[in-house]
Amino acid sequence: MSASAVVSLRGVGKTFENGTVALAGLSLDIAEGEFVSLLGPSGCGKSTALRIIAGLSEASTGAVTAPHDDVGFVFQDPTLMPWATVADNVMLPFKLGAAHSADASAAVTQALARVGLSEFAGAFPRELSGGMRMRASIARALVTEPRLLLMDEPFAALDEITRFKLNNDLLAVWQEMRRTVIFVTHSVFESVFLSQRILVMTARPGRVFTEIDIPVAYPRDESFRTSAEYAGYCRQVSEALAQAMGVVA
Amino acid sequence: MSDRALRTALPFVMLGLTVFVWDLAVLWFAIPPYVLPAPGVVAATLVNDAPLLLQSLLVTLTITFQGFLLAAVGGIALAIVFNQWRVADYALYPYAVILQVTPVVAIAPLLLIYLPQPLAVLACAWIVAFFPVLANTTLGLNSVDRNLLALFQLYKASRWQILLRLKLPAALPEILAGLRIAGGLSLIGAVVAEIAAGSAGAGSGLAYRIAESGYRLNISRMFAALLLLSLAGVAIFFVLSALSHALLHRWHESAVRQER
Repeated sequence: MSASAVVSLRGVGKTFENGTVALAGLSLDIAEGEFVSLLGPSGCGKSTALRIIAGLSEASTGAVTAPHDDVGFVFQDPTLMPWATVADNVMLPFKLGAAHSADASAAVTQALARVGLSEFAGAFPRELSGGMRMRASIARALVTEPRLLLMDEPFAALDEITRFKLNNDLLAVWQEMRRTVIFVTHSVFESVFLSQRILVMTARPGRVFTEIDIPVAYPRDESFRTSAEYAGYCRQVSEALAQAMGVVA
Repeated sequence: MSDRALRTALPFVMLGLTVFVWDLAVLWFAIPPYVLPAPGVVAATLVNDAPLLLQSLLVTLTITFQGFLLAAVGGIALAIVFNQWRVADYALYPYAVILQVTPVVAIAPLLLIYLPQPLAVLACAWIVAFFPVLANTTLGLNSVDRNLLALFQLYKASRWQILLRLKLPAALPEILAGLRIAGGLSLIGAVVAEIAAGSAGAGSGLAYRIAESGYRLNISRMFAALLLLSLAGVAIFFVLSALSHALLHRWHESAVRQER
C-alpha cells in the first residue's frame, strides 16, 4: 500500500448468503485526490465493492482500508427523502450527527450553489427533473466535504444530454474541491471522460482485470469529448473491457 | 362542462333523481308510511325528532371518536413495537389477526357480559378499527427505501433517528390510509355494539334508536336515524381525507393533482 492511499483493498472477496460469489481477490489502491472509475459489465460486483469501501457491507475475506467515517455516497437513484425539501435533504448528514459543521446551513447553501440548485432549496424532490434530483443527491454527498466520494452509477438513468452536463459539472466540482472520487459506471465513454485512471473489472467473481491511465490534463471540456485522443482512449478501454468479459464468457 | 364540475354535480343529480323516484313510487303505489315513508315524511321526522336524534348522534359519535383515537394510537404504537422488536411481532401478530377476523357481532355479546355497557361498545369500536391501522403502519414501516436506510447507516444514525426521521415519515401515506379505513370502521363497530347492547335493553346511541324504532314500527324514524349515521360516516371520511391531503399534498404522488 502506497503512503498516500486513501482506499486500499487487498484480496477482498465477498460471498453472499445465497452462495453468489460477487468478488474474489479484488485488490486496488486509490490515492488521495484521485478520480478513479470502476468499469465493468452489469453484475461484476462494482457496486458491492463500493458498498464495502463505504462500510455498508462487510468483506468476506481480505483486508479493507478506507475512511468509513468520512465518506459521501451517491446512489444510482437520487435516494432523496420525498417528504423533505431539497435543503432539508442536503442538511441530513448534519442532522444525523455523524458530521459536524460550525455552520451547517452555510454548508448546505454552499453545496447547493456548487451543483447549481440554489434557487431550488425550498422545492420538494417531486418538483424537480431527474437531473436536478441527482444534483441534490450529489450536494448531499458533498455537504460534509468528505475525504472520499463514492458514486454508484449515478447518471445511468439520465438522458445523454443531462448526463454530459452533469459529467462536466462533476468535474468542475472535483477540480475545485480535489477530493478522492471512486466512480462506478458501465459506460466506457463516461469513464474515459471523467477519470484519471480506469480499473476494468471482470464479472463473477469480480476483480480488477487491468487498469488504464488517462493522462489528459483537466479541465476537460467538449473539445476533449470530440477529440481523436478521446476516441482513441475509448477504443483502448473498450477492447480491455471486451477482453475482461471474454475471460469468463 | 369541466370534468371537475361534472364530478361534483352528478352525485347530487343522482340523489335528486333517487328521492324523486322514491317519492313518486310511494305516491303511485300508495305505500303506507309504516312500510316505506315518503322522503318528505322522513325529513319531517328528522326535524320533529331532532333533539332526541341529535343527542343519540352525539353519543354514537363520541364512542366512535374514542374508539378511533384508541385504534389510531394503539395501532401505530403496536406497529412501531413490532417493527423495533421482531420477537413482539412474532408473538403478537397472529392474535391481532384473530381479533380482526372474528366477526365483531359475535364478540359484542360476550363483551357486554364482562364490561359495563359503554366500555363494551367502546371496545367493539376499537377492535374493528384497530387492525387496519396496525396492518397499514406495519407495511409502511417495513417498506422503507433500502438505499435511504443505507444512507442513514452511513451517517451513523441511531435507531431512534431512523424511526423518527426515516421510517415514520416514509410510512405516513400508509398510516393515513389506515386511519381513513379505521374512521369508517370505528363507526361500524360502535353501531354493531349498540345494536347488540340495544337488544339487551340499554343504551341511547343512534343504532339503539334504530333498533327501538324498529320494534315500534316507527319506520320514518329508522330512516331518519339511518340518514344521520350515513352523514356521520361521510363526514368522518371527508375529515380524514382532508387531513391526509393536508399532510401529503406537497410531496406524495397520491395527493398531487394530475395535469391533463
